[in-house]
Amino acid sequence: MTALTMPGRPAHDARLRPVPWRRMAWVTWRQHRAALGGVAAFLGAFAVYLWLTGLRMHHAEAAYCHPAGSLGCAINFTGRYGETAIIVSIALQAVPALIGAFAGAPVLARELETGTFRYAWTQGIGRLRWTAGKLVPLAVAVTAVAGAFTVLFAWYNQPWAGAGYVTPFSARVFDLLGIAFGAWTLAAFAIGALAGMLIRRAVPAIAASLAAYAGLAFATALWLREHYITPLVTHSTNLPGSAWIISHWYTKDGKLVSQSAIRNILQGYDIHHPAPATRVGPNTSQTMILNPVGYLTKHGYTHWISYQPGSRFWPFQWIEGGWLLALSVLLIAATVWLVRRRAA
Amino acid sequence: MNVNIIETSGLGKRYGSTWVLRECSLAVPAGHVAALVGPNGAGKTTLLNLAVGLAAPTAGTVTVLGGLAAGSPAALDGIAFVAQDTPLYKNLSAAGMLHLTRNLNRRFDQPYAKARLGELGIPLNRRAGKLSGGQQAQLALTLALARRPRLLVLDEPVAMLDPLARHDFMALVLTAAADDGVSVLLSSHVLAELERVADYLILLSRGRVQVAGEVDDLIASHRVLTGPAAEADRYTERPLVHARRADAQAHLLVRATADDPVPPRWEAHPVGLEELAMAYLREPGAGALPGPARPAAGTSTRQR
Repeated sequence: MTALTMPGRPAHDARLRPVPWRRMAWVTWRQHRAALGGVAAFLGAFAVYLWLTGLRMHHAEAAYCHPAGSLGCAINFTGRYGETAIIVSIALQAVPALIGAFAGAPVLARELETGTFRYAWTQGIGRLRWTAGKLVPLAVAVTAVAGAFTVLFAWYNQPWAGAGYVTPFSARVFDLLGIAFGAWTLAAFAIGALAGMLIRRAVPAIAASLAAYAGLAFATALWLREHYITPLVTHSTNLPGSAWIISHWYTKDGKLVSQSAIRNILQGYDIHHPAPATRVGPNTSQTMILNPVGYLTKHGYTHWISYQPGSRFWPFQWIEGGWLLALSVLLIAATVWLVRRRAA
Repeated sequence: MNVNIIETSGLGKRYGSTWVLRECSLAVPAGHVAALVGPNGAGKTTLLNLAVGLAAPTAGTVTVLGGLAAGSPAALDGIAFVAQDTPLYKNLSAAGMLHLTRNLNRRFDQPYAKARLGELGIPLNRRAGKLSGGQQAQLALTLALARRPRLLVLDEPVAMLDPLARHDFMALVLTAAADDGVSVLLSSHVLAELERVADYLILLSRGRVQVAGEVDDLIASHRVLTGPAAEADRYTERPLVHARRADAQAHLLVRATADDPVPPRWEAHPVGLEELAMAYLREPGAGALPGPARPAAGTSTRQR
């Protein structure tokens, strides 16, 4: 039998030209423009606020803080804006979580909750293309918006960073600077999308992704980040202010001295040398050593410090951004895989 | 073109430890309006979900449109599905839904869709959520038909509609089937309208196919015998599907043609589709499976 006599099953049926991506992009835009608009408005309002207070802050710093540490600087710059800057940076910690949860979790959860996935997943485009065509552009969009915002925050933070009030490794600002802010927003979006697929209802999925994000962010700041690169160790006492001190300990004659031994030594000092000059505070029954390091060094102990130098800020940013990007890709891939195998 | 619009072989679906569909073997030729009938929980929605690729089989196979794997790109392209309760994006306007569906498919007949909605009096700028139940169903059906599918699958399309909306909806389905040659597979537990609509019947019961065949064949191969109740038990000439007694009279639905002999003092009548479906639904043990997937004649038919 030759090809000529083959019955007329149209060959193009087997290899269909798929629905173009740009049409899916339109669908994603049409269905999520409200959410994206909400994110833009929220960040836009925050940005206007940052800009206005930031301008005043910059002016105050320029007018009063040269030299830094003057009384005028303390009154008109640190005193007036210090608290605001701290509150702003703490509030901003929640922003990636909020964007990710509110933009990410409903994308699939809403479809599953209302049953519209039965419409969406039976259209000619196919559910894989549909899912990828939604998650990827939305992920890129929220990351880009957050990335733009981080530029503004870096400017806002600059008077504090420049004068050394905030070190770049401070847990309060590290993930708001550089590429970390965008990466955390992306991760929050990916967590939200996966939570939505797993939980299938929008509101519980939003709550779950906020909780998961908070856990991940805290774990990173408290335990993970300091291990990105092996810390440097020094016994010099004059570390640069930008260094991030991880831990410190004492040795004597090359042997590690335990914390409790150190405490005993210092308490013994207290009991046997209650010099008035070392007493502090209005309550004089409380006695403490003002310079324990100096005291211990004098007595043959060596003080060791492990730290991350400030010059590692960008390597740390790339490491954090890198693993967050890898995690996000993994989570989005897992979400797509779940969509693929999900049975109605 | 003589292809099977849907063909299943040993198809089964299990959710957890419960089989909602078992050993389902079917072959529905193209060009029919096939009704999938059965009580709630019989597995109708599951069978339709398997056919449109929303669910994957636990056992067996299901192909559509003449051998395409269910859920494959080519299958999705040729099948339009309207799910139960006609899910639409409630915050999109009718025009928005049209545009959305157009962008999610390779083909979309926009002029047809607009003309249909115009005829139905559905305003294009009204949000889908603000349309009446009947209008939502009509909108969903219009979106499906504008995709120019070869197979239209409808899951309980009229269950939520009032009689007038139900009539209008089915009229649109039948027009598409008659004018454009669209094959239709629809599930329903409303038996009343079947006769007017369906020319192929699939009866599901407890996850198994009980009856499958062209309506004309089913009608021609079944008769209702009416006679004295006292003699009902003695009738053994032809396989009995269901016996109904009313006072002194008994009505027996039997598998018999018009040529089969009728016992003395008994009368034979043709059976209606609704009556036939009802009789089988009352006798889950009985079965009639013509077509390629049928077991040996009579083996699954209850005899007295």
